[in-house]
Order: sequence, then structure tokens, then C-alpha cells
Amino acid sequence: MTQVFYVAWRYLAYHRWKTITLVGAITLIVYLPIGLRVLVDQSSRQLTARADATPLLIGAKGSPLELVLNTLYFGSDHPAPTRYAEATRVTESGLSATIPMYVRFRARGHPIVGTTLDYFDFRGLEVADGRNLAMLGECVLGSRAAESLGAGPGDYVVSSSESVFDIAGVYPLKMRVVGVLEFADSADDDAIFVDVKTAWVIQGLVHGHQDLNRPEAAAGVLGREGNRVIANASVVQYNEITEENLESFHFHGDLSDYPLTAVLAVPPDQRASALLQGRYQSDEDLAQIVTPVAVMEDLLGTILTVERFVVAGAVIVGLATLATAALVFLLSLRLRRRERLTLFKIGGSRLAVASVMASEVVVVLASGALLAAGLTLLTSQFGSLAIRALLRT
Amino acid sequence: MNPVVSIEALEFRYREGDFRLGIPELAIERDATVAFIGPSGSGKTTLLNLIAGIALPQSGRVVTEGVEVTSLSDSERRDFRIARVGLVFQEFELLEYLSVLDNILLPYRINASLRLDRKVRGRARELAERVDIADKLDRYPGKLSQGERQRAAVCRAVLTEPSLLLADEPTGNLDPVNKWRVLDILFDYAERTDTTLVAVTHDQEILDRFQRVVDFSQFHEYGDVRPAEHGELVGAGQ
Repeated sequence: MTQVFYVAWRYLAYHRWKTITLVGAITLIVYLPIGLRVLVDQSSRQLTARADATPLLIGAKGSPLELVLNTLYFGSDHPAPTRYAEATRVTESGLSATIPMYVRFRARGHPIVGTTLDYFDFRGLEVADGRNLAMLGECVLGSRAAESLGAGPGDYVVSSSESVFDIAGVYPLKMRVVGVLEFADSADDDAIFVDVKTAWVIQGLVHGHQDLNRPEAAAGVLGREGNRVIANASVVQYNEITEENLESFHFHGDLSDYPLTAVLAVPPDQRASALLQGRYQSDEDLAQIVTPVAVMEDLLGTILTVERFVVAGAVIVGLATLATAALVFLLSLRLRRRERLTLFKIGGSRLAVASVMASEVVVVLASGALLAAGLTLLTSQFGSLAIRALLRT
Repeated sequence: MNPVVSIEALEFRYREGDFRLGIPELAIERDATVAFIGPSGSGKTTLLNLIAGIALPQSGRVVTEGVEVTSLSDSERRDFRIARVGLVFQEFELLEYLSVLDNILLPYRINASLRLDRKVRGRARELAERVDIADKLDRYPGKLSQGERQRAAVCRAVLTEPSLLLADEPTGNLDPVNKWRVLDILFDYAERTDTTLVAVTHDQEILDRFQRVVDFSQFHEYGDVRPAEHGELVGAGQ
């Protein structure tokens, strides 16, 4: 049979474009429904696993999906901000522990997650290299973010400007990397974690500048009215927080009005959870409370419906492709009638002549199936990354 | 000495048409070189097919190389043919997708009764050298001249060292230079290896080269004259 396979192989290699087209078509019709199934299964597992592990989210009224995607997967579409007072309100209710989340800014494509140390405990995130956040202006990198940025403890990461026209507001902050987290196989791996106050520094709500009472700042002072000092743009604003300039950083306005994208609520039990949800039922309330798992189930329902349509379409296209492939093989058999006759005349065995033709079909089908299996394996290995990337955009 | 081909009371007709071939008796001596001549449709190619066991007669006996071909099963006739009979065709019938070397080695790839080994490969190269196509073994037939293609086809036919070489108008598609060259190769091989050569031809110029000429005008009885076509062979399983 080796010799027969060799002849079949030579035929396929000689007609390589025809072979590639046929193998490609078979690969696609096998891979599409199976690969899609694997992807949907993985996304279902991923979406529900992280949502399951996140009891309640509180955010400004608006799209619950946007709120969940931003808080759980650090999606780039950020919901309307809620106030820091919302976190205080929940904490003071005694119904739940709270973790403030401010996921708005990015650094070289990676989300900057402003939160507190409680978030690391809540997600079970461990520092693999360096240490955890201790000071304003520091950051800790998720494992993939560290790899992608090529940064580790002692290096610096600079936040990206939101808009080149936003001169007075968001400006790049140079953050010192103090630690890298262990691989968690979640959206946390791609994130840059900072203290929520550092996120506010990036937004310009907390800032530090040259001490206006010192002689070297005198040139920038335009006037003094009691405790109020009016200065011009020549006063040096710090774009990096160091131990030397840390003291100069200060808040403007009321802390309770500072923005958050969400408050992650972790009630101790079902009762507390129900009571807490009850407090957000008023139409007048500017905030909403959502159960991430319920929001994700809605999303999965939509995905499954779309998948069914896609699979039905793929099956129809697959049948049409198989029919076309069968036609190509049959036409090829007709065209090669003379070749079969030559093989018969010179004494080719019936089995060998039939096997030469059949082997070609088998090799094409087997190659298509193998490639589809390979693609399915790749999907199962890297599908989660693709899903995460999609959720981030 | 026993004849290499012995035919008795042979009757053959195609499924369709009025063509009939009747040969009361014909013997071809061992080591002979024989030309079959006659008008188109007189049954020359059909007789080659009958001698090789490609076609079966309705009645009569065909004994080739001491084997009664007509009594063999389809599978036995294929095994017999690939080992004992070399076939050369007018249209060369090389496979376009195989290199020249693979075309020469083809008999060893399509019948498990032959075993392809280093010795056979060496013989294929020697044959190619002898007919001056050794430098073209990696090429496809489409890249060869007509003469080179027929020389490759002759190598394929003789690789199994058959004792009977059947050539169906082997020079029909060749220019004069290549015609004589291919004939030289065939006759040289037949002489060197004591092989019987039977060739169908319309070319009167080459008849002098053969020891014997068989004129088919004496055999054929046909109403609807037409040449034998591929795939119309009675009793021949393909």
C-alpha cells in the first residue's frame, strides 16, 4: 500500500492548488461548527466562572452589560462614573464589604485598574515577583502585562493620554512597577493595578506640584489672597510620584464626589445580599446594583442563539461544499479514465488501481480532518485569549 | 522450440458493431521480431490485447509464454502481464504527475506481485542512461520531447525484464530521427535480452527491420470498420 499511497501523493502534489483548495474546503466545513462549539463552551465557562465569583456590582445607572464587562474584564468601554460615596454608603450599611473599582485609563493597551488591596485578596492574586502596592504612584503588573510590556519591579510604566486635546485633564503619569502577579488565567493577567488614588492622580483630581511658598517657585506666583495662591503655568507639576514629592500631592474637592466605575460588593450571606439589592430598587436612585452572573447568562443566551444560526448556516454550506468536492472527485475520475486504462493494460492490480484513486480522496479528507483537529486544538488552547481580547475591546 | 505465442481457432468481436476477428492459427517464434501490418480497424491492436490478456476472445485459445492466457482469472492475467509482457503505446501513456523515474518504476508501484528495491531502481537508472534520458529523470513528462517520452515509455515496458515486448505503433507519433532511435532501442533490447518483439505498424519504411511481417488482411472480416477503442474490450475487467 505504501507504493499506492506514493502514487496518490504524487498526484496530489502535482495538482497542488486543486489539493490545497479541496483540503481547505474540507478543513473549514469540519472546523467551523466544531471550533465554534469549543469557543462558545470556553466563553460560557469563562464568562460564568468570573461572574460566579463576583457577587454584586454597583455602578451608575446605564447598561448593566457595560458595567459588568468593564469591572470583570476591564473592557475599554467604561460605564458612566458613580461616586466614591456609593462605596461608603454600602460599607456604612454594614451589609457588605466593598472594593472600589476605577477602570478607565490604559497604558500601552493594558487597562489600568484602580482599586484597593482588598481586590487582590478577593481574587486570590499573589505577587510572584517584588511586592504589593504600598505607596501612591506605584503599580503591580499582571503576568501577561509584565511580559507584553517587558517590565518588572524597578521599571516604569507610563499611562496613556486619553486625548491629545485634553491638556488640562488626563496626562501621562510615570508609575513605578513594584511587583508582578502570578499567572491567574484571567483578565487580571493583562491588567496594571494601581491604588484607586493613583487612578485619580492620572485623571488630575489629585495632583502634586512645586511648593509655592519656596523661593524657587516665586516667579510662578501671580498673587495671594489669604490661604489661596494664584500661580501661572510655569509652576512645575509632577508627573511621577516619588518619596521626595509625595507630600506635595493633595486632593481637590470632596472625596465622596470622586469617580469610580463600579463598587464591587461582597456580602457575607444571601440575606445581606438580598437586603443590599433591595436598597437599590428606587427609581430615583442614581446607582444600580447588578448580579454579574445574571447579566452574563443573558449575554450567553444571545451568544447561543447566534451560534445556532451560525452552525445551521455552516452545515448548509458544508453540505454544499461536500457535494462540490464529490463532484470534483467524480469529474476527476472521468478525466482519468485513460490513466486507469493504462494502469490496467500494463498489469496494475484491480486493488492498486482503485486504491490510487481512493487514496487521493482519503488523503484529502484525512488532511482536512487533521487540520480541522489542529485548529480545534489551537482554539481550545488560545480561544480563551481571543475571548478575553474581545471582551477588552 | 515452443513458440512464444500460439493462437488457435480464435474468434473475437466487440460488444457493439460488426467487427469480427478470426484467426484459425498463428504462432510467433521465440526471440523473433514480428510486425503486424494491415489497414486501420483490421484488428492489429486487438490481437496485441488478446496476446497480453487485456482482452478475451469469445472462443479459441491464446497461449503466451506457455501460459494459456484465456484460462486465467482477471487477477492472474494482470500479474502475468506485469511480469512477463512489456507494453509500448503509440501515445506513450506516461502519467503526467509522475517524474520520468517514477513513470519508469510505475509497474512496481501498482502490483504487489513485484517488489521495488534498490536493484530495480538501479536497473531503471541504467536503462535511462542507455536511452540517454538519465539527466531527465526528475522531470515531468510534460517537459520532455516526444522522442524522450517514448524512450521513457520503453524503459517502463522493459524494466520488469519481460520475455515478450508488445509495441502498438511505437513510432507513430515520432519524427524520423526519433523514429529510428526508438526502433534501435527496441531492437537492441530484443536482441540483447533474447526478447520477442511484436509491433503493430503502418510504416512501410521500417518493415525491413523485422524478421517477419504478418498482414492482417488475411484475418479480418469486418462490416463496420472501426479501430479498437479504449474501454471496449470484451471480457476484460478494468
